[in-house]
Amino acid sequence: MNRYPLWKNILIGLVLFFGLIYTLPNFYGEVPAVQVSSGKATLKLDPALVAPIEQTLRDAQVPYDGLFVDGNSIRVRLGSTEEQLRAKDAIEKRLNPDPSDPSYIVALNLLSASPTWLTSIHALPMYLGLDLRGGVHFLLEVDMPGAITKRLDATAGDLRTLLRDKDVRHAGIVREGNAIQLRFRDAAQRDAARNAILNSTRDLQFVDRDDGSTDLKLIATLTPVAQQTIRDFAIKQNITTLHNRINELGVAEPVIQQQGADRIVVQLPGVQDVAKAKDILGRTATLEVRMVDDSPGALEAALAGNVPFGTELYTERGGSPLLVRTQVVLTGDRLTDAQPGFDGQTNEPAVHLTLDAAGSRIFRDVTRENVGKRMAILLIEKGKGEVVTAPVIRSEIGGGRVQISGSMTTAEANDVALLLRAGSLAAPMEIIEERTVGPSLGADNIAKGFNSTLWGFIAIAVFMSGYYMLFGVVSVIALAANLLLLVALLSLLQATLTLPGIAAMALTLGMAIDANVLINERIREELRNGVSPQAAIHTGYDRAFDTILDSNITTLIAGIALLVFGSGPVRGFAVVHCLGILTSMFSAILISRMLVNLIYGRRRKVESVSIGQIWKPGKAGN
Amino acid sequence: MEFFRIKKDIPFMRHALTFNIISLITFLLAVFFLATSGLHLSVEFTGGTLVEVSYPEAPELEPIREALGDAGYPDAQVQNFGSARDVLIRLPNRDDLDTARVSEQTMATLQSVAGPAPELRRVEFVGPQVGKELASDGAMALLLVIFGIVVYLAIRFEWRFAVSAIIANLHDVIIILGFFAFFQWEFSLPVLAAVLAVLGYSVNESVVVFDRVRETFKKRRNLSTPEVLDHAITSTISRTVITHGSTQMMVLSMLLFGGATLHYFAMALTIGILFGIYSSVLVASPLVMWLGVSREQFVKPKREKEEAVV
Repeated sequence: MNRYPLWKNILIGLVLFFGLIYTLPNFYGEVPAVQVSSGKATLKLDPALVAPIEQTLRDAQVPYDGLFVDGNSIRVRLGSTEEQLRAKDAIEKRLNPDPSDPSYIVALNLLSASPTWLTSIHALPMYLGLDLRGGVHFLLEVDMPGAITKRLDATAGDLRTLLRDKDVRHAGIVREGNAIQLRFRDAAQRDAARNAILNSTRDLQFVDRDDGSTDLKLIATLTPVAQQTIRDFAIKQNITTLHNRINELGVAEPVIQQQGADRIVVQLPGVQDVAKAKDILGRTATLEVRMVDDSPGALEAALAGNVPFGTELYTERGGSPLLVRTQVVLTGDRLTDAQPGFDGQTNEPAVHLTLDAAGSRIFRDVTRENVGKRMAILLIEKGKGEVVTAPVIRSEIGGGRVQISGSMTTAEANDVALLLRAGSLAAPMEIIEERTVGPSLGADNIAKGFNSTLWGFIAIAVFMSGYYMLFGVVSVIALAANLLLLVALLSLLQATLTLPGIAAMALTLGMAIDANVLINERIREELRNGVSPQAAIHTGYDRAFDTILDSNITTLIAGIALLVFGSGPVRGFAVVHCLGILTSMFSAILISRMLVNLIYGRRRKVESVSIGQIWKPGKAGN
Repeated sequence: MEFFRIKKDIPFMRHALTFNIISLITFLLAVFFLATSGLHLSVEFTGGTLVEVSYPEAPELEPIREALGDAGYPDAQVQNFGSARDVLIRLPNRDDLDTARVSEQTMATLQSVAGPAPELRRVEFVGPQVGKELASDGAMALLLVIFGIVVYLAIRFEWRFAVSAIIANLHDVIIILGFFAFFQWEFSLPVLAAVLAVLGYSVNESVVVFDRVRETFKKRRNLSTPEVLDHAITSTISRTVITHGSTQMMVLSMLLFGGATLHYFAMALTIGILFGIYSSVLVASPLVMWLGVSREQFVKPKREKEEAVV
C-alpha cells in the first residue's frame, strides 16, 4: 500500500531533474561582458555586426569566450574586468567613429558564466532586483490634466480656423478649465457652428448654455473616449521618449514600464550618477521641418568645408550628405500624431502625420510654393539635429494630413512614426518616488539574505533529523527539494528577486516544514494507537493531507492579497511567498512520500519505523 | 526524542475565561499604545527622503546635523543605522523644496562636512501622493485577507470557526502593531508584509485545531463540546510547538544574520509567531465554544444519509 506507481516516481524524478537544470545557472556566478545595442531608434541592430566585432577583438588581441546575439543586443563574454575595459574601448572605437554622435551603445554588463547549452534552453540565473545589484529606481507620474489641457488649447485654435473657413461668425472662443467656450450672437450661427464642428471631429460633445447675457454659449468638452485616447497616447509617447533618452545613458538592461493608468517605472541597474539620470529624464527634444538646399554646387562647396551661409550640413540615413536650411518651417509642437501605415495608391509603407490647424496652414503654404523640392524632417536633441527623412514634395499638401513615403520598409515606417511621436514628451512628468542603492549595499544584502536562509535551514535540518530520525531526514530532503524547485521556478519565470524576496524564501521554508511535522506527528500518533507501521505511514499521509491543504490555502490567500495590493518591496515578497507555498505543497507531500515509499514500501514486513521514540501512555518507566 | 508525553487531555477549556481575559487585556493595552503613541511610520508611508551613507570610520553625528541645518534642512533626523559607521538621514517632504533634488543636495552637504567622505548606500524618496496610496493599499490588502480567510473557512468548516479564527488572529495583528507603537519601531512596507504573512500563517494554527475538532466530533460521540476542544488541542499541541519552533528558528536566523534591513521584518514575525500560538489555540477555541459549536453541526448530514438508507 505504500508504493507509488512507476509513472508517479518518474514524473517526480523529471520535475526534480528540470528543477536542478534551471537552478544550475545560479551557481556559475557572473563574468564581465560588453553589450552592444542600437543607440538610435532609426537603427536596427544588424546581426551582421557580429563579424566586425569579432574582427575588432582579434585585432585588439582581446580573448573572449562567447558572443551572443539576441533581439536587441550583441553580448561578448570576457575573462576579466581589465579585458572587459579593453574590449569596450576597441569596440567603441570601431562602431562609433564619431564619439559625439554614437550610433551604438557599448555598455559594460555582467553575463552569467553558465555554459552555452544552459543559456540555449533559456536556463538563466535569477533576475536580481535593484536592492541586490545596485542602481536607480524612479517612479514617474504623467501629468494627465496637463495633457488634456494641452490638447484643449490646440483644439480651441483648430476651432477658430475651422469656423473661419466655414464662414461661421462667433464672438470668441476660449478654453475654460476642461471645456472650450464658444460664444455666438444668434442661435442660427451657433447651430451652424455645431454642425460644422461635428462634421470635422468626433472628439467633442456639446452643451448649449444661455445664461441671460447677450451672448449664446456653446460649451464643448472632450468625449470620454477622446480623453481616454489622449491619456493612452500621452503615456505611450512618454515611455517611447524615455526609451530613446535612456539609451544614451548606456545602461545595459534598463526597465521602463507602465504602472497603473498614469505612472511609469524606470529602473536603471548599475547607474550611480543619479543627477545625470534625472537630467536626461527631464529633457525635451523637438521636431523640426526645414527646407533642403538643393541649389547646384552648394552641397559640393559644403563638403569641401565651405558651408554656405544659412545652411547646415547633415547626413541622411542612407549615409549621403544633405544641406539643410537653418530656417525652421514647422516645429514638433504642431504635430498632433504620427502613425505608420500604407500609401493609399501604391500600397507602399508610409507614415501618416497629423498637424494641428495652424500647422496645416503653414504646411499648405510651404508645400504649394516648393513643389519638386525636398524638405527635411529633423529631430533636435541636446542642440544636435538628426535627419529622420528628406522626401521630395510632389504636390501641395493641405488639410493637415501629411504622408511620408518612398523606399521605406514596414519596420522603417514604424520606426519613423515612433521617432516622430517620441520627439517630445506628450505631457510633463514628475518624479514621485526615487530609490538608489549603492553597489556595496547590494552585495551586502545578498550576503545577508543568503546567510539568514542558510543558517535557518541548517538549524531546522539538525533539529528535524534529531527529533524524527529517518523521517526527519526525509523531511529535510523534501525541504531542500522545495528550495531547489523554488529557485528553479524563479529562474524560469525570471521574476525579480529582491531582499524581501529572499526573506520570503527563508520564511516560506520555515513555514513549509509544517506540512512534514503534521505528517510525522500523525504517523507517530497512529503508531501510538497500535497500528502497524505500513498502515500508520499510509493513514498518516492520508489524514494530514486535508489539513495541509487547508492551512496552505489560508496562507496563499494572504499571499495573493499582498500580490494584488502590494507594490515595490511587498510585491517582491509576495511573488516568492506564493510560489513557495505551491512548491512546498509539491515537495512536502509528494517528494517526501516518494522517499518514504522507496525506503519502506518495498519491504514486505516492517518491524519498526525510524521516526524517533514513540511514547505510549500507561507504559511503566517512561 | 519526544517532547510531549501527555497522558490525559489537558483541560484547556476550564480556563477559557482566563485566556480570554488575558487576551482582552493585552489587546486593550495594544490599542492604548496605538492610540496614544501611534506607529512610527517609515518614509514609504509618510513621504520624504531617506539617505543612508557609510563612513570608513564612525563619524560624529552633531556636525552632520548642524551642516544639514545650515543647508536648509533643520528638520532632518540623523541617526546611526545598524552600526556606528552607517548613518541614516530622514528628511520630511516640504512644499517649498524641490523634491527631486533633495537627495543630491544632502549628499553634497555631507561631503562638505570635515572628516572622511561618506559613501552613498541608498536613497529613498517618496512623494506625498505615493505614501497615502501605500497606506490605503495596505488596508485593502488586510481587508482582502480577512474576507478571503473568513469565506474559505466558512465554506470548509462552519461560520463559527471562521469568525473565531479571524477574531483570534486579528487580535494578533493588533498586538504586533501595539509592540511597534510601544517601542516606536519603524513600521515599513516589509513589516506590513510580515504582518499579513503572519496573519495567514496563524490561521493555519486554528485550521489544524479545527480540523481535529471536526474529526473528534465525528469519531467520539461520548465527549462534550469542551472535552472535544480539549482533546483536539492536546493532540495537536506537539505539532503546534514543533512547527512554530522550526519557523521561529528560520526567523531567528533572519534576526541574527539579516542585518538592519530585515531586523523589524523578523521582529514582527517573531511577535506574530509567539502570539500566534497562544491566540489561535487558546483564544480561537474558547471563542468557538462561546459561539455555540456543537456536534450536530458536523454530524447532521451523515445522519440524514443513514436514515435514507434505512
